[in-house]
Amino acid sequence: MKMRTPLKNVRRLGSAHEGADHFWLQRLTSVSSLILTIFLVGLVIRLVGADYATAKATLSSPAVALLLLLLVLSGIIHMRIGMQVIIEDYVHHEVLKVLSLMLNTFFCYSVAAASIWAILKLSFGA
Amino acid sequence: MRGRQAQRPLSPHLQIYRPQVNMVMSILHRITGAGLYLGALLLAWWLVAAAAGPDYFNFVSGLFNSWLGRIVLFGFTWALFHHMLGGVRHLIWDTGRGLDIPSVNFLSWATIVLSLLLTLAVWAGALLFA
Repeated sequence: MKMRTPLKNVRRLGSAHEGADHFWLQRLTSVSSLILTIFLVGLVIRLVGADYATAKATLSSPAVALLLLLLVLSGIIHMRIGMQVIIEDYVHHEVLKVLSLMLNTFFCYSVAAASIWAILKLSFGA
Repeated sequence: MRGRQAQRPLSPHLQIYRPQVNMVMSILHRITGAGLYLGALLLAWWLVAAAAGPDYFNFVSGLFNSWLGRIVLFGFTWALFHHMLGGVRHLIWDTGRGLDIPSVNFLSWATIVLSLLLTLAVWAGALLFA
């Protein structure tokens, strides 16, 4: 049985134009998300049952705001490339796949934009 | 490539296998990942509500605190811990350690057991503080 495919003739990074970038970015953001999610769980537990003034004061403190911004950044990258893999695994129709991948990016960046806007408004808003 | 693929053997697919703990955890890792993808909306919603002002924040807090809200958030918490522990398992495997069958089974069981324990611990802590 012939096991070889024309793939062996691919030069440099091939048509994907990348090597282990995707793999590495998923690992990198998994470690950052791990640390930042532990912080988030602690934050949410602290704020359970808190009134608005307490919640606003906590969420607008510099350390909390910065860690939340980092969490949004790390989490959004992680979930965008994670969902990309799911789409590539299950959506085989070319047009649907490209549309799904676009929607994935739009969704992730929209959620990130809303979260970042909220964190900044809590910190700098009236 | 299309139409010129070599006649290679196909790997057996999902429905051929008897469920094993490592494959169930692998599937759950993907499902919880997809769940957290939607769960990110809840975090964004909560932050936007806090930024919007006391009235809307109290309204959203009320929704999160309803019985349906609590069920969703409990599921979110479990998905978070399960995906987190599954990620740690994968990071361990990335170093080349724990790839023998007994270790794989141990790590897989640890994922489900610890994820449930951590979820219960966090909710016990949250209800205690509240």
